[in-house]
Amino acid sequence: MTSAPSALVKLSIASAFCALALVPLLAPPFYANLLITFFAYSIALLGLNLLFGYAGLLSFGHAMFLGVGAYGAAVVAGLWGVKPFEAAICAAAAAALVLAVPVGMLCVRFTGIFFGMLTLAFGMLAHAFLFKFYHLTGGDSGMRVPRMSILGMEFAAYNKVEFLAGPFYYYCLALLAVASLLMWRIVHSPFGLSLRSLRDNPQKAEYLGVRVRRFRLAAFCISAIYGAVGGSILALRSGLADPELVYWTHSGHLVFMTVLGGFSSFFGPIIGALAMTLLLDQLQSITQYWRFVLGAVLVAIVIFFPRGLAGIADDAMRAARTTDGGT
Amino acid sequence: MTLLEARGVSKHYGAFRALDDVSLTIGDGEFLAIVGQNGAGKTTLVNLLTGLLAPTRGAVYFKGRNIAGIGPVVLAGRGMARAFQLVQIFPQLTVGETIAVAVVARQGKQWRLFSSLSRDSGVAARVQEIAGRFGLHDRLQAPSRSLSQGEKKLLDVASAFALEPEVILLDEPTSGVSSSEKHGVMKTLIAAAESARVKAVILVEHDMDLVAAYARRVVALSEGRVLADLPPGPFFSDPLIIATVVGKRGVS
Repeated sequence: MTSAPSALVKLSIASAFCALALVPLLAPPFYANLLITFFAYSIALLGLNLLFGYAGLLSFGHAMFLGVGAYGAAVVAGLWGVKPFEAAICAAAAAALVLAVPVGMLCVRFTGIFFGMLTLAFGMLAHAFLFKFYHLTGGDSGMRVPRMSILGMEFAAYNKVEFLAGPFYYYCLALLAVASLLMWRIVHSPFGLSLRSLRDNPQKAEYLGVRVRRFRLAAFCISAIYGAVGGSILALRSGLADPELVYWTHSGHLVFMTVLGGFSSFFGPIIGALAMTLLLDQLQSITQYWRFVLGAVLVAIVIFFPRGLAGIADDAMRAARTTDGGT
Repeated sequence: MTLLEARGVSKHYGAFRALDDVSLTIGDGEFLAIVGQNGAGKTTLVNLLTGLLAPTRGAVYFKGRNIAGIGPVVLAGRGMARAFQLVQIFPQLTVGETIAVAVVARQGKQWRLFSSLSRDSGVAARVQEIAGRFGLHDRLQAPSRSLSQGEKKLLDVASAFALEPEVILLDEPTSGVSSSEKHGVMKTLIAAAESARVKAVILVEHDMDLVAAYARRVVALSEGRVLADLPPGPFFSDPLIIATVVGKRGVS
């Protein structure tokens, strides 16, 4: 197994990173603002894919952890008046872990459709809680998330749009880079190998000394933390922790992006998040039937490109290498 | 020295007695074959000897400790490995990765979240060594699903050996392997067991040619009881035992 990406992949990552770094300088603030959602979803999906692509467990309740991140930020900044965004991220990650341990312990006893349904049920419970406990959570109007400081700086001279499209944009890009790097190490570690073994054949993995449920639980917790970090970014961007974030269709949205990008590849979910963010923005401005188009895209991907956009890119790179005479 | 001991074990499923008062002691240096017709209780005995099931009566001791129902992970940690009759592989993992799963578990590195597996020379060296013993050293990068049936079988057993077990239990290791290849596979397994200093090998086998050629002790089960526990010489010269164990066909 090769742990280092190929030269071509490295080059693509470097150019993508540079291109993203240039967006706030060259494009209108609208696009930078839009790409913040891409960063947030990418981080959340890196976590979801550890569970799905690497441990073989498809969660339909991952939005719950984005909600933990969003409401965590609302509580830390809105209720407690703590300004640093780093505090919100840490609090959200800790809260996600506290929720993920008991929920995960129940869910990882099952696999396949039963795991999916159980996570869906927990997601719906979380939504009902946020929706109904009005005095705690603000019910359908959610909780306000005030502007926070990043790296100890307030950026008071910037208005909200300037803050988001400038410092916060770069902050989230850096967060995505760090989150990707950490996840890259996790999936290429002995832990990551043990996860992939139990995905392929849990019985055999047990006889080779892999405690299947503990590993699944660990993957569930890590994915929850990633989800919460993504959720805090979404909430700070929109200024609102909204119960819709936790609604089950949002979990479906996350799964959609993962499948669109390709869950069998490390970068698939990131590609899926980018494609979905841009596609949704374009579609919504063109037609009110955007859901119909999205559905058709998903059908086409599953039937014709089951490895997703990353699979298409991978095939293209292979083809390029063979026509070059191979390297 | 006694490694594995079954003391008067019975396993009942309702009124059905799958195994009835079986006692068996397996010591250092043994190569033992368990034989018997379908339904004789071989699988139940093996499941008890590996701590997968708890006996209805009696107890199974591995290195002096009761192993009733301890399960596969603890069993692996205590030094017993098991390979199944049906080939068990990780289809999407490479040959090297498959062996590495066990090596990582054996070396206690499973929970290293951020260290690079491919840069771990301790793991790589063990994987190389074990693959070499099974003739898989030049297939390390190959996806497991691309191997031939015989190679898959070897990989399955190789990953069990990678746990460095003291006792290894092989359930029909040559099933699905062509008859021209089966002696080759058995010789590879025995050579690997010797070089890995495995203390005892338990073989569950239908193929009497292999039992006669390789086992040094034969335990025959019939209707949940031990019918015979003999070296292969006396075992195969007793027509009554052969008739019961092999059926009317006899042994060629």
